[in-house]
Amino acid sequence: MSFSATEPSIRTKWFAGLLVIGYAIVTLIPLLWIIATGFKSPADSIAYPPVVVFEPTLEGYVNLFTDRTRATEQMLDDAGPPTTWYEQIARDRGTVISGPSRYGERFLNSVIIGFGSTALCMILGTMAAYAFSRFKVPLKDDLLFFILSTRMMPPIAVAIPIFLMFRNLGLNDTHLGMILLYTAVNLSLSVWLLKGFIDEIPVEYEEAALIDGYTRFQAFYKVVLPQAATGIASTAIFCLIFAWNEYAFAVLLTSGNAQTAPPFIPTIIGVSGKDWPAVAAGATIFLVPVMVFTILLRKHLLRGITFGAVRK
Amino acid sequence: MAEVILKNISKRFGADIALDDVSMTVPNGSFVVLLGPTGAGKTTTLRMVSGLDEPDGGEVAIGGRPMAGLTPAQRDVAMVFQQYSLYPHLTVRENLEFPLKSPILRTPKAEIDRKVGEVAEVLQISHKLDNKATALSGGEMQRVSIGRALVRNPSVYLMDEPLSSLDAKLRSDLRIELKSIQAHSGATLLYVTHDQIEAMTMATHVGVLDNGRLVQFGTPREIYEDPVSIYAAGRLGQPRINVLPADLFSGAPQGAAFIGLRPEQVSQGDGQECFVERVEHLGDQTRLHLKFRAHDLITVTDAHTELTHGDVVKIQPANPFYFDAAGVRLA
Repeated sequence: MSFSATEPSIRTKWFAGLLVIGYAIVTLIPLLWIIATGFKSPADSIAYPPVVVFEPTLEGYVNLFTDRTRATEQMLDDAGPPTTWYEQIARDRGTVISGPSRYGERFLNSVIIGFGSTALCMILGTMAAYAFSRFKVPLKDDLLFFILSTRMMPPIAVAIPIFLMFRNLGLNDTHLGMILLYTAVNLSLSVWLLKGFIDEIPVEYEEAALIDGYTRFQAFYKVVLPQAATGIASTAIFCLIFAWNEYAFAVLLTSGNAQTAPPFIPTIIGVSGKDWPAVAAGATIFLVPVMVFTILLRKHLLRGITFGAVRK
Repeated sequence: MAEVILKNISKRFGADIALDDVSMTVPNGSFVVLLGPTGAGKTTTLRMVSGLDEPDGGEVAIGGRPMAGLTPAQRDVAMVFQQYSLYPHLTVRENLEFPLKSPILRTPKAEIDRKVGEVAEVLQISHKLDNKATALSGGEMQRVSIGRALVRNPSVYLMDEPLSSLDAKLRSDLRIELKSIQAHSGATLLYVTHDQIEAMTMATHVGVLDNGRLVQFGTPREIYEDPVSIYAAGRLGQPRINVLPADLFSGAPQGAAFIGLRPEQVSQGDGQECFVERVEHLGDQTRLHLKFRAHDLITVTDAHTELTHGDVVKIQPANPFYFDAAGVRLA
């Protein structure tokens, strides 16, 4: 068998592969369980011992997206036969669909607030990080430490002052308010991460662009940003995940208008407290945008585009 | 095409003095090489002209226009850097197009294609135009980065050791290429190097920098044949000038502390005896390492010399340079 300093042996590769697969299984089980629960009937979802093999149903998803009322025989007769498959599912449980649930708009709120704050955070973060990286900013180190120090306590510790400020500013239960709040919380992380990435980009590229006839901002835009793409992508994922999953502020500051999905999902369980499949369905759908976003940006995470052009 | 004037330029970086009252006139159409060891202020001088750094004191003027407060883009200069030369996210073609597409030039598409094609031809990178910049070898990268300066028609070209990373053959090819491009276009070129061959072969003028001061400015021949100090004399000449105590030979003028002997100023045959320490056959010439009393001396002799270690040769100075105790030229 040949020996190579850079290429691991077949056995090492198998071992490493098994290790990764094992770890993936452990971390994925809760996720798979939630996805499976979304397709169970309410009875299966709380069965003990837990059922692994079950007859899948879309009842959870129907319950997630609809409001239903219990119907008497008389009402069912008046309504006539069900015209759609989801009405059929509701009828089977002795209910009629009275209208759409609020999950759709809560989900849309999450999209607006999550992606809005991520975008704002990236715009402000890259510009601030660039300034910290390249310019002589007075008290630079102190400012950077101050920015980071905003992360040294749990943000919820200042919930009351924020609540009062938001009330006075009319930002309570608004999309704008939540976007600003999540941006403020994420900005320290993004400035620090992005400064690290921008520090890595040799200043010679911008100097070359300045001499090639571009302004400082154009050099930033045309030369620095493309090379910082890797850093921006990974930072954006971190920011989005935080804003997307944030629960405590969403409970406190939003209700009727701008409420995001995380505080809404637990309420789906309903008065009877049995509708776990609908909760699981809500959680499953809620996973999708972050997963898609991460997969779309994955090539940036893996690609080090500046490797090779640097002459050392 | 423009004259560059530096007037009393001073620049500090913290406590370090990078440039100390440097004044220099780079004539229109000249090829000026700045020589000096690392830290002498060569690169800083280029950065003053380019506008990447502003001087603490003094003025820069290009083509009669004072440059104070102008951005690099407004100065109409092209610069080749020693390092990090290419935009790694762009192809070779996009790299060459980059200055032409700038908001200052806004070159029409047809003209961009023509100029990029021409430059690629000259630098022999036509077949690599659609490669990613990162897929090139070091020599190709540096050629593209020189090309990025050449596609424009700036007032001044600034080059910071552009050939230092290339192998010997490519370096000598590009040396000739650069010189002929400059001679044909009549461009003004300010060029920084460590390499005295580059200085001797390409320069119309050489500026010798020492610790931020311009100690001598003149043609390469002037610097070689009429250096103002030991330092300036040591910048040019291969093998380097020999510096010995002046009293080793008779005939030193009043106040001379050192005698400077270039190889051709060591006449062999007559005079004082010394031992051959080592003989280096370089092909076209042969270097003799001599031991003269307690001093080492290097000179050049006939390529087919029969001399070997331990032989005795007689030498005497021929039109030597004399320097005072501070290293300043006396005669």
